[in-house]
Amino acid sequence: MTRHPKFSFGRLRGIIVKEFTQMRRDRLTFAMMLGIPLIQLTLFGYAINSDPRHLPAAVVLADRGPYGRTLLYAMKNSTYFNFVEQVATEKEAHNLLARGEVQFVINIPQNFTRDLLRGDRPAILVEADASDPVATGNALGSLGNVVNTALQQDLKGSLASLNATDGPVDVQIHALYNPEIVTQYNIVPGLMGVILTMTMIMITGLAITRERERGTMENLLSMPTRPSEVLIGKIVPYIMVGYIQVGVILVAAHFLFHVPMHGSIILLLLVALVFIAANLAMGITFSTIAKNQLQAVQMTFFVFLPSILLSGFMFPFRGMPPWAQVIGEFFPLTHFLRIVRGILLKGNAFNDVILQLWQIALFALIALIIGVKRYRQTLD
Amino acid sequence: MNAESAIDVRGMTKRFGGRTVVDHVDLQVHTGQIYGFLGPNGSGKTTFLRMLCGLLRADDGSGRVLGYDVIAESDAIKREVGYMTQRFSFWEDLSIEENLDFVARMYAVKNRRATVRESIAQLGLAGRKKQLAGELSGGWKQRLALAACLIHKPKLLLLDEPTAGVDPKARRDFWEQIHQLSAEGLTFLITTHYMDEAERCHRLAYISFGKLLADGSVDDVIAQVGLTTWSVSGPDLPHLAEQLRTQPGVQQAVAFGNALHVSSDDATALKQAIAPFQHPPYDWREIPSGLEDAFISLMEGSKDNFTP
Ligand SMILES: Nc1ncnc2c1ncn2[C@@H]1O[C@H](COP(=O)(O)OP(=O)(O)OP(=O)(O)O)[C@@H](O)[C@H]1O
Ligand SMILES: [Mg+2]
Repeated sequence: MTRHPKFSFGRLRGIIVKEFTQMRRDRLTFAMMLGIPLIQLTLFGYAINSDPRHLPAAVVLADRGPYGRTLLYAMKNSTYFNFVEQVATEKEAHNLLARGEVQFVINIPQNFTRDLLRGDRPAILVEADASDPVATGNALGSLGNVVNTALQQDLKGSLASLNATDGPVDVQIHALYNPEIVTQYNIVPGLMGVILTMTMIMITGLAITRERERGTMENLLSMPTRPSEVLIGKIVPYIMVGYIQVGVILVAAHFLFHVPMHGSIILLLLVALVFIAANLAMGITFSTIAKNQLQAVQMTFFVFLPSILLSGFMFPFRGMPPWAQVIGEFFPLTHFLRIVRGILLKGNAFNDVILQLWQIALFALIALIIGVKRYRQTLD
Repeated sequence: MNAESAIDVRGMTKRFGGRTVVDHVDLQVHTGQIYGFLGPNGSGKTTFLRMLCGLLRADDGSGRVLGYDVIAESDAIKREVGYMTQRFSFWEDLSIEENLDFVARMYAVKNRRATVRESIAQLGLAGRKKQLAGELSGGWKQRLALAACLIHKPKLLLLDEPTAGVDPKARRDFWEQIHQLSAEGLTFLITTHYMDEAERCHRLAYISFGKLLADGSVDDVIAQVGLTTWSVSGPDLPHLAEQLRTQPGVQQAVAFGNALHVSSDDATALKQAIAPFQHPPYDWREIPSGLEDAFISLMEGSKDNFTP
């Protein structure tokens, strides 16, 4: 055990061939591969509602007068908005929106105060990232009311006449990325992540416990194999399974749910590879820890449930309490959801997704290292 | 270190949760020898073999297997040892050919395809190579397992009950093959519960409750036990056996066909004990003790040592 044999690609290939052959003959794997996506796609036709607050917003404030600020103050007081940035140009603001750093951009035009006092009924523009409509819905709904009641308090006396029936300000809302606010547009791409998480962890979670339960582990360990060869050899064949699922979901997303696909599908497939690898590595690590197949399945659910609850799939991520967000950041699914929605709905490019992508890659690497360390080369 | 030794280990010990399952076992096996490893169920045979090939970490012990350190160089040992597990442990959802091919890849066998083809032909399974291993009968599984263990041309074979459940003809063929390979210089350590197989080994070791109780050639082992045996024939032997077993000087009274073998390691006490029965219609003869008598005596003796 002091002197390890060198990593051998010949042996790795041998293990891959073996796993492929076994997978081909295992009906359960096939059932999981196609059954799980179909069932989940059918089940998740609805979303669970919620009322997230303190959503990050950016401001483009061109108005010099006092009323622009009064407005922003009122919006903040409504607890729906949390102004995190003030930017000079609309272009900058759009970048923040595209990267998902803010949910809203509030534009208060030049001469807003002047126009208001003149009774011209000036407009403010609110742009919202509506790719997750549940997250933005309530905030937008409250907006008109918040703005106009705030001004009514200030416009008293001689100015009271400005309180026209429509309100002194014209609040214009632009829902970006998902203008019709269709919930499926958000759910279906998210399902891709959920389905991959569940099947990939489960399939590989069984990989090593199965060898142990069938008694073949003793044989495998008596051969001069290295842990990394065994683990990687067991991961590779299932990447293909993952891609088949991605394919099924993309086809369903396009033809059944008419989800827009603004970004590059190639980029999506590349990101999916990293995400699949992360889940497989996690599964294989569970497999080295679990004593039997049942435990491996239980461990899968131990990760699966919190990741669908805390990743932003079930509830809008920004609606969760801070501690839940911190936990959520650990799950690869959280980052994958942002990427998939970003690519499909916002047309994100590589530069926009890299920030999330490396976190998934890091997770995959750490999981694999733990797996290799945990893999016991003896039967004790 | 003796270059002639394929296995030379001392003090091999394994504990499972405070229970010592293999207790300071020393074993030396010369190159080319067929070494039989016997002992009752649960005596620690499998555990001992697993320690030799690095599948279990020994709690104590040192020595060499094929010249490599048994504790520190298990990777090197694995490359040159063929280990056949007691329970069939090849992949039942792979075919015969796929199993052999996988093993050949794991050991980086040269001319893999040709070697696998040859191995299948030797097994006599050329027509069934696509059959799944799980569909084979028990005896055929054993043969497949042996073929797989040999595919990388190991120098030492550790075979754990390789003939359990195999028919007599196949067993004979199996032993023929073992002797042939041993003549070519392969070393074997084989566990078995069959006396006839024990007698086919060059040397034997007997282990009970983790302790090595006897080792040497068949005759050595019998001599070490120092048993005296009398054979008696006559009417109603079961009744006689019952009476004899109550005598303090008798350790065993076992029926063998039409005779009863009565034995003890104390010759005089035995003689006194059987004296009251030495009259017609019983016919008494002193005979050389057999291996089985010796083993049963060892088993009984070790039980006394271990039950407080
Ligand atoms: N992994 C383990 N954990 C705990 N105890 C074990 C383990 N493996 C074996 N044992 C115990 O060690 C003892 C020796 O077992 P072993 O399998 O070596 O016996 P054996 O001589 O091969 O028996 P058999 O003839 O039945 O195959 C048994 O009492 C067994 O219960
Ligand atoms: Mg055994």
